[in-house]
Amino acid sequence: MRAPAILFLLYCSLSIASARDSCMTCHSAMEEGTKGPTTLIKNDVHISHGLSCADCHGGDRASDDPSVAMSKAKGFKGKPARTAIPKFCASCHANPDIMRKFAPSERVDQYELYQTSVHGKRLAAGDANVATCIDCHSVHDIRAVKDALSPVHPLHVAETCARCHSDKVKMAPYKIPTNQFDEYRTSVHWEAMTKRGDLSAPSCASCHGNHGAKPPQVESVAAVCGTCHVTFQALYEKSVHKAIFSGRAPSGLGGGGCIVCHSNHGIHQPSTAMLVGPNAVCSECHEAGSAPAQTAAQMAAWIDGLDRALKQSETVLARAEEYGMEVSEAQVRLLDGREDLVKARLALHAIDPGEMRKPIDAGMAVAKETLADGQAALREKDFRRWGLAVSVILIGIAILAIRFLLRRIETNGNSEVRGPQQGPL
Amino acid sequence: MENRPDSGQDRRTVISWLLGGGVAASLASFFYPVIRFINPPAVAEASINEVDAGKAQDLKPNSGKIVKFGNKPALLVRVSDTEWKAFSAVCTHLNCTVQYRDSRHDIWCACHNGTYDLNGRVQSGPPPRPLEELDVKVRGDAVVISRRT
Amino acid sequence: MTEKTHLPATQPKNKALDWLDERTGWRMVRDLADHKVVPMHAGTAWYYFGGITLFLFGIQVITGVLLLLYYRPSVAEAFDSVRFIMTRVQFGWLIRSIHSWSANLLILAAFVHMFSVVFTHAYRRPRELTWLTGIALLGLMLGFGFSGYLLPWNQISYFATKVGTDVAASVPIAGPSVARFLRGGEDVGAATLTRFFAFHVMILPLITFGLVGLHLLLVQFHGMSTPSGISPSQLAHMKFFPNFFLRELVVWYGVLAVLGTLAAIFPWELGQKADPFASAPAGIRPEWYFLAQFYTLKLIPSHVWFFEGELLGLLGFGLLAAGWVALPFWAAGRNGEHRDRLVAGAGVFLICYLATFTILGYVK
Repeated sequence: MRAPAILFLLYCSLSIASARDSCMTCHSAMEEGTKGPTTLIKNDVHISHGLSCADCHGGDRASDDPSVAMSKAKGFKGKPARTAIPKFCASCHANPDIMRKFAPSERVDQYELYQTSVHGKRLAAGDANVATCIDCHSVHDIRAVKDALSPVHPLHVAETCARCHSDKVKMAPYKIPTNQFDEYRTSVHWEAMTKRGDLSAPSCASCHGNHGAKPPQVESVAAVCGTCHVTFQALYEKSVHKAIFSGRAPSGLGGGGCIVCHSNHGIHQPSTAMLVGPNAVCSECHEAGSAPAQTAAQMAAWIDGLDRALKQSETVLARAEEYGMEVSEAQVRLLDGREDLVKARLALHAIDPGEMRKPIDAGMAVAKETLADGQAALREKDFRRWGLAVSVILIGIAILAIRFLLRRIETNGNSEVRGPQQGPL
Repeated sequence: MENRPDSGQDRRTVISWLLGGGVAASLASFFYPVIRFINPPAVAEASINEVDAGKAQDLKPNSGKIVKFGNKPALLVRVSDTEWKAFSAVCTHLNCTVQYRDSRHDIWCACHNGTYDLNGRVQSGPPPRPLEELDVKVRGDAVVISRRT
Repeated sequence: MTEKTHLPATQPKNKALDWLDERTGWRMVRDLADHKVVPMHAGTAWYYFGGITLFLFGIQVITGVLLLLYYRPSVAEAFDSVRFIMTRVQFGWLIRSIHSWSANLLILAAFVHMFSVVFTHAYRRPRELTWLTGIALLGLMLGFGFSGYLLPWNQISYFATKVGTDVAASVPIAGPSVARFLRGGEDVGAATLTRFFAFHVMILPLITFGLVGLHLLLVQFHGMSTPSGISPSQLAHMKFFPNFFLRELVVWYGVLAVLGTLAAIFPWELGQKADPFASAPAGIRPEWYFLAQFYTLKLIPSHVWFFEGELLGLLGFGLLAAGWVALPFWAAGRNGEHRDRLVAGAGVFLICYLATFTILGYVK
């Protein structure tokens, strides 16, 4: 009876000893302040990999004695100074041998990139107000990037950056504007991400980099946009604007390249209103009546014309469909026309009307063809209605015929039969 | 019955013929649609499960072409002399029509630079889902694309 | 002047007819038919409605067989085959829209026919069996409507069938088994479509043909009924062939004109393919001929005293239906007197209830 009991106690004490985390045990019993982290780390990705307080802060977690547990001899680092935070995290995260044990495919160059960034350079110069690892990734409750609640999840990156970059007080000493997040929220990229859930849509880090955060230079703006908008970049590079926009930083805007026309943060859905009209971007440089302005007007007219023609076809086909007519083939052809319109808008970036001619002509041909199909379908619908009218008239004639016949056979009153009549059977 | 003059009799006969003709015409107007209905239409299949994609010899190895599949486009790719692949050509990002790139042996969407491999899987770019793969059967010289069951 | 129906036997045309008569006895039928008369009184016009119902049923059979040439009763293909009929088959749009519109007109005509029988008291002895077969036929027509509605397999019909079979399942004791039998399983799905197709195209038609035959035979046997209080000998009668029948043809032509107009100007919609995983369309409700009962059930509070509301509703409908079916038996008093006023009152009440609740069901 005693042997099993002793073994049991031994087992308990051993397991307690191996799970003993004196950091957690003491600090969770404390008042506010150093208690905080003990509740936060429940959500931490490091904890889920079996790491704990001492693995970052050093010290001996097996000892209950604070002077031992938190002794420098045991490697206790305590709370690092803000300027020392990146190095603190990099002690593991920049070490491939350590990272290989937990997440072999993780990158290990974040610290290296950080040191090239504006944040990293200023921190090295002693400015503790810039972002360090914990400002974006949080501390003690660090979640994986994939975690939807992580402040660096693609959907949350912009908000996280905006915590500092939209703060006028914070940005005042650096003379950086604070309207970027507000502008970004009016953009098509924000809409793609939040309304359509398109995680491939860019936010701050996509263009500025995350660890090596730096605004793209004037020369690289087109390359940054071109990572997704490949064909636009290819055409732009061949166009006259490339040389003109490089090295140019117009007032109010942070760079050249695509940004000159499309803005950097508040990128809106482009339209022909950018080419002509009161808000036209072209007229910022080109005088009205000049050859380039005329080219812009011509291209705008082509695009609007094609859009109108396609819309007309769409309307007619939709009406025919509502009447039950078979128009699916025409509607598929119309999709080709829509693609031609996209290609035409694309060709615009070469600033060469000749490039645009091809898709415009192709698209107009499609619009014409599908319009004819739609009109034919509507004519068929009319044919049906006429057919109905004809058969109703014929039915009317037939009814008259029968009534005429009845009158003929009943004028001598032979329809009535008097007397008790029940069933014929 | 009253006596009617002969012209009245003629008129009655004419009217009788007209009316009888009307009745016959009305019956014809009922039977005509029925006869046309019974006659099978040119395209005899209802839902599109199978589409004739042209002649095998018309498509060279390492090339692709767009074929209408129902009311959506499909991409037929002749990978080699004997290997054929077909996919729905609707890009899963924003529905542009994809194309085969013979220089890289992949499928590319010109709108936002999405690429798929020859299994329809997303290689790079924004598309969130793979392309739906279709079956290709080559019977002699005829190439037929059909939906996977 | 005599009609041409009785030609002297020496006419050469009659040799063929004689040959036929010897082998089939068709002249006997013709002579019997010749005796059929229709009494003429203020309510004679109501006699047309039986024929209209029959005519519309005939239209349904013809258009139904035509649709059968192209329809495919499987979940994967049903919707597309109906779309194919509507868009690719020559005049498919016409046949399908006529079939759908005629179904509704048929049920309406059946109700009018039934109520005209109620108000002219034509259910009286000895015509009780005619009434019973007629009620059974009304039920069959509703069954046709319910089963046919699912066949295009669009969103509305899928969810309406779900709701309908759910109501059937809530009938106490027998309900769940009946619902399972109808659905071909626990849920509305591919098995339901196959089953409803079988009901709609074979089982119900077979039963209907039998009952229609019986119903018509009984009508010929008893002759047309006359309103109570008037003896048939006091009335003038019209020969059915050719006089009344020609008039009936006029009416049938009129019905065709209405059908054609409805089909061409208000084509029946195709809808969207059924998606069982989508949520039911907002405001889903059954077709108008089930709407009154559906809306009544919706109005009943979920619990009345300690009874479950829906159960009470169904019980109520069951009792109402049983009472209605047994109409000829309680409409005649013990001494054979006619409770005409009572029946007329019941009829008016029923019409008012059905009309009001159908309209409410639409408006709400």
